[in-house]
Amino acid sequence: MKTKRPGLASMLAIYRRELLSYVTTPTAYVFAAVFLFSIGLFTFQIGGFFEARTADLSAFFGFHPWIFMVFLPAIAMRLWAEESRSGALELLLTLPCPTWSLVLGKFLAAWTVAAAALLLTTPLWITVNVLGSPDNAAILTAYIASLLMAGAYIAIGSAMSALTQAQIVAFVLAVLISFLVTALGLPLVLDFLAGVIDGGAAEALARFSVLHHFDAAQRGVVEFRSVFYFATLIAVCLSFTALAVDARRGG
Amino acid sequence: MLLQVDGLRKAFGRRIAVDGVTFSIDVGEIVGFLGPNGAGKTTTMRMIAGYLEPDDGAIKVFNIDVVQERRRAQERVGYLPEGAPLYGEMTPWSFLRFVAEARGMTLTAARHAVRRAAQDARLGDSIDRPIDTLSKGYRRRVGLAAALLHDPMLLILDEPTDGLDPNQRHAVRDLIRKLGEERGLIISTHSLEEVEAVCTRAIVIDQGRIVADATPQALIEKHGDLERAFAALTRQEERV
Repeated sequence: MKTKRPGLASMLAIYRRELLSYVTTPTAYVFAAVFLFSIGLFTFQIGGFFEARTADLSAFFGFHPWIFMVFLPAIAMRLWAEESRSGALELLLTLPCPTWSLVLGKFLAAWTVAAAALLLTTPLWITVNVLGSPDNAAILTAYIASLLMAGAYIAIGSAMSALTQAQIVAFVLAVLISFLVTALGLPLVLDFLAGVIDGGAAEALARFSVLHHFDAAQRGVVEFRSVFYFATLIAVCLSFTALAVDARRGG
Repeated sequence: MLLQVDGLRKAFGRRIAVDGVTFSIDVGEIVGFLGPNGAGKTTTMRMIAGYLEPDDGAIKVFNIDVVQERRRAQERVGYLPEGAPLYGEMTPWSFLRFVAEARGMTLTAARHAVRRAAQDARLGDSIDRPIDTLSKGYRRRVGLAAALLHDPMLLILDEPTDGLDPNQRHAVRDLIRKLGEERGLIISTHSLEEVEAVCTRAIVIDQGRIVADATPQALIEKHGDLERAFAALTRQEERV
């Protein structure tokens, strides 16, 4: 007996298996611990959460792009590289599943791990509510934007993972690309670019950076443009992943 | 016709792995693929299973073109890849459940299919232990069970008895014989004795081409025994 939507059923099966493999191996726990530790370190030591004496989480969210940039490629690096190294890719590609169901199932599993790590930071949210009265709607918005941004970084990691058999190569490539996509909006890079190319062009380029779109959301403004930006980034990277996986059939 | 392969060709860069392979298989046939390492056996099987795309030629499973309608064809094929890659951190039970669900079976159907395939492949009571802790022979049988899950009419088994001890090999051969009664099977093997014991037909491949396609008995009659037939038909020098 078959389900009515085989593609969807395959995706769910892949998603469950991938998630199971995250929780039964130590990787996810190690990374979640490192993530929480570093986000705490940045927020309290460098961000000066208490010294700022304001009831908001800007010190916390401000570091997300930088921590995600390293943390999420580490979560995503095994998605495809490990399959081709172990030979299990052959198993997946001989199942009657559409490629998108494999790509999406794996991506969603890694995204769920990121979401769980993000969820573990909510005590901070509770803390600011105990200490003062923050704008909770703005914080919620920032959380949603952060989750979307995490999806984008994982999609980049998934695309790089599909290119190689070596997890470490996938990791380094993903960090590099994530850095470029993030830092385009940094004043440092912007000033440099403005010196080389037309200021207007540099400004336009900056609009394509993760920082540009995350900054707006951090202030509590949901912009359709930013949601669209992250969704597009995810879609482009996942399409690339599917192409790279399908290219394996060519031999 | 269960399987029709016509003029199959595949090259990796400059190296031609499969060079114009043509054959067909009917229900009740157990075909043994023989040939030296690097002859193109695995590449041919991978193309039939829909893992690799051929450069040229056609593969039809029940008249369904594997390249044009890959997923429909794959629904009808059971495939055991070389070395039986599995997910080591899973148990055979959860692994087989995963394969059944990924194949689009409903939860109830998946549970039944796993129980039946586990029984056919004689997985016994180690079904709840992590695959990483199991013996090579047992893992091979888990791979075999995964290939049997959807009760396919065509089974492609790449070295199903490689690395098994004599008892396990015997059990797998019995299973292959039983499966072959109402299905079509292709098995690749380096054991000539195995071809004699289970196969109704032997296809000898060398340098990407079929150099013989006959019953094991016909090959024995012609060359004295299978070992001599193999030596006479395939290139002798060691290849890297």
